[in-house]
Amino acid sequence: MASGKEIRTQIGSIKNTQKITSAMEMVAASKMRKAQDRMAATRPYADKIYNVIQHLAFAHPEYKHPYLQDREETKRVGYIIVSSDRGLCGGLNNNLFKTVLKDIKAKSDAGLEVDVCAIGQKASTFLKRLPVNLVSQKVQLGDAPQVHDLIGTVKVMLDAYNEGQIDSLYFVYNEFVNTMTQENKIVRLLPAKPEKPSEELSHHWDYIYEPDAKDVLDDLLVRYIESLVYQGVVENIACEQASRMIAMKNASDNAGDLIDDLQLVYNKARQAAITQEISEIVAGAAAV
Amino acid sequence: MAMTIHVDIVSAENQIFSGLAQAVFASAVMGEVGIYPRHTPMLTRLKPGEVRVLKENGEEEQYYVSGGMLEVQPHVITVLADTALRAADVDEAAALQAKADAEKAIKDGSAKRDFAEAQKELAEAMAQLRAIERLRSSSKGR
Repeated sequence: MASGKEIRTQIGSIKNTQKITSAMEMVAASKMRKAQDRMAATRPYADKIYNVIQHLAFAHPEYKHPYLQDREETKRVGYIIVSSDRGLCGGLNNNLFKTVLKDIKAKSDAGLEVDVCAIGQKASTFLKRLPVNLVSQKVQLGDAPQVHDLIGTVKVMLDAYNEGQIDSLYFVYNEFVNTMTQENKIVRLLPAKPEKPSEELSHHWDYIYEPDAKDVLDDLLVRYIESLVYQGVVENIACEQASRMIAMKNASDNAGDLIDDLQLVYNKARQAAITQEISEIVAGAAAV
Repeated sequence: MAMTIHVDIVSAENQIFSGLAQAVFASAVMGEVGIYPRHTPMLTRLKPGEVRVLKENGEEEQYYVSGGMLEVQPHVITVLADTALRAADVDEAAALQAKADAEKAIKDGSAKRDFAEAQKELAEAMAQLRAIERLRSSSKGR
């Protein structure tokens, strides 16, 4: 049986760990609230631009943008995969990677080549060792990323699509359902398929475009994709913090349990030592 | 009472203005535009500059946008503002940077593994997490 001093040191070190994990839990909780606010703040833009795209898809007959049209055959697909930069957030990243791995494997078994783009350190580390092409990445985004942090990475994939190197583009991230639940999402960004608009828009009409349809549409669709990616990234941050909060809460609870157990062992050891001492004294006294 | 139309000004990071207005003035790429209710549907790019909203009560509000898009629909005017100055060469530089980062990451990475191996590694990591969970629930049951 371990001696009393050893157990006391062990309890002390677990207590220290518990302090750290419970501090991390509180930090994650406050960061999660901020991330949720940011998530809500990005929603109006995403909704508005989606409406415009929806209007567009049914508005005008003469110019069809390549982003809105299906390609005849698909030889190569692209993925944009979002992860957290740091670990200690439970199974969040692993779950996402598992889902995306299955998807990529199915694609590559079907003879398609796969280009990937990583957002976040964990995704980069994971993807660079897979037999796929890592074509662009963005890491260390921090807790409050801006849209222009993502422009470059997204542009690489959009350019690849424009040049015909990839024929469709998927976006993988975690959707924030609530603090306890995060859902892995794989959505197709390109070609984009807006849903049917409401009745009032179905008659024949068109916009006035300034300077011209192609220019305006190019700009608009690029912004649309960027806003989707941005929203996904912000949502993923909220997920990361929520997941970390839960993981750290579990860790603190586990540390508490361990301390209780060790305390019991310590008390027993102490009692045993006292008993032994008494019996030695008694035996000693009897001998005299 | 003047006619009004609903106006939304949003940027990717937050909502800037939402409400009724008598007119909206903005600097579009082809010149300053003033949009009043019943304008025909229009879609235009904006230059960096100010967007002015003539509100229902006659007050005017000004916002600065660093570019973006303006959409006019029969019932709503939407301004999608950019948060940063966009220029082809700046975007291009950012794209090149992202590519270079990826190449660098691949270079100093360890050897490639195949899908099955990756799957195994993930499964192991998940199993560890699950084991911790189980440990927790069994200790609770005690």
